[in-house]
Amino acid sequence: MDVTHALAAGMGGIRTAGDLVARMQMTRGMRLAEAKRYVADKLGCTERDLSDSYAMEQIRGEKGLGRILDHSNLHPGEPNAMYAKFRIAELLGIEINSVKRFKELAGI
Amino acid sequence: MTEPPQTTAAGRGASRGRASESHVPTRMGDGFMVEMTRSELRADIEDATQLAARKAKVPPLSGDEQEHLLDIYASRASFTAVDVGEQVVLSCDGGGSKMTGTDLQDLLESEQRLGQDILELWHIEYSYKAIKTILPFQQQIMQNAQLMVTAPVQYGAQPNLAFYSKPDGPADNWFELLPRGDIAGARAALEEAMEYATQDFIYVCDGMIEAGADGMDFDTTGGAGDADFFSTLRAVKHIRSKYPTAGIEVGMAGEFVIGVHGELEWEGRRLAGMWPRQQLEVCQDAGATIYGPAVNIRTAKSCAWNIAYALTVIKPCMEVARIPVHPNVGEGVVGVPVNGYPPEDAVSRAAKACVEILRCDGL
Repeated sequence: MDVTHALAAGMGGIRTAGDLVARMQMTRGMRLAEAKRYVADKLGCTERDLSDSYAMEQIRGEKGLGRILDHSNLHPGEPNAMYAKFRIAELLGIEINSVKRFKELAGI
Repeated sequence: MTEPPQTTAAGRGASRGRASESHVPTRMGDGFMVEMTRSELRADIEDATQLAARKAKVPPLSGDEQEHLLDIYASRASFTAVDVGEQVVLSCDGGGSKMTGTDLQDLLESEQRLGQDILELWHIEYSYKAIKTILPFQQQIMQNAQLMVTAPVQYGAQPNLAFYSKPDGPADNWFELLPRGDIAGARAALEEAMEYATQDFIYVCDGMIEAGADGMDFDTTGGAGDADFFSTLRAVKHIRSKYPTAGIEVGMAGEFVIGVHGELEWEGRRLAGMWPRQQLEVCQDAGATIYGPAVNIRTAKSCAWNIAYALTVIKPCMEVARIPVHPNVGEGVVGVPVNGYPPEDAVSRAAKACVEILRCDGL
């Protein structure tokens, strides 16, 4: 069922910009249209690009926002996971809780 | 082999004299495949929206909306989807289930293979009362997971107020007191349980956010009635004031709040009897950042009937929402059949209907 919803209506998570739009909904309670406009503006792309895996694969790679990893798409040396979240927080101008905790625990 | 069913009285009337009308495969609320004519589907949608409008005292779906819904459900497609660029955010529960690997591997699967936008770490003992007893274990998993995933991860559990009553909890059992006519005793027991519950919700939420969670999810809020809802709202208010940037998702249990206590009010608004619009209003005022209405399936009705009913009662939310609205589209709610393996044709139709007719912010 998860897969069905993802294919039928989901933005696509880190395959696209779904996680970024989701963060704006979670942390600032933005409605979808506002969240999409905000993220598109920060990324320098169109709102339609946000759900386009072709466009977002390149944008995420360029900006170090983390990408899907599989056997034919490996990106060693490129930010992912916590590395990427530092960049996401900076790009979107938001506080990401795990980034904040990482800095505290790492003594940064 | 399927035969054209006579699912509703209206449907029977509509199909008489229309023996040549073709039938399309569609689903009942339990997932059983049947065949209905376009006229029968139209009759189901009309019947459902009128009933929902009467019960919830809201407008029925417009003619155009009903026709749009009919087009979705009268399609023969085995799968359907929203238009390009119209995709929405998926806030998913049940991640880290340890079904295919460890909890961390399952979360990675949710992110990397299932395309979820908001992940959720949970425990199979999915209630805040139980999680309280294993909080450090969940905190460690959250801390570790946050190092490995890019997508936001919230922590979820259910309020489950009934667990605070005997024999599972310390308060007297109000479902035993009420049939005896001891309303005062039942209310006192509920109020005692609410204190314990809110305390536990806050304890778990504080712990998980301190461990790095991007937010918290209260799943099936109101499942035990208005006191369940009230104790959750108190926790929401606490989280909002202590963690201004944390995500707070409140997913409801049903289309209206059952008045087990009957006299609980949130800032002057009685919780008992609230439909989705009123539920949303108190949630967003308390500080939630995502609201998830739930409308339970009637298994003897078609999925077309069920989605028309659900959209009718949810639609008034959209004009007053200041926060994202993510209708619950799990098993047995908002047009998704009650079935352990909800059929893809029905699930995709429900998703498309919610996005295109409600203009919701997510699912």
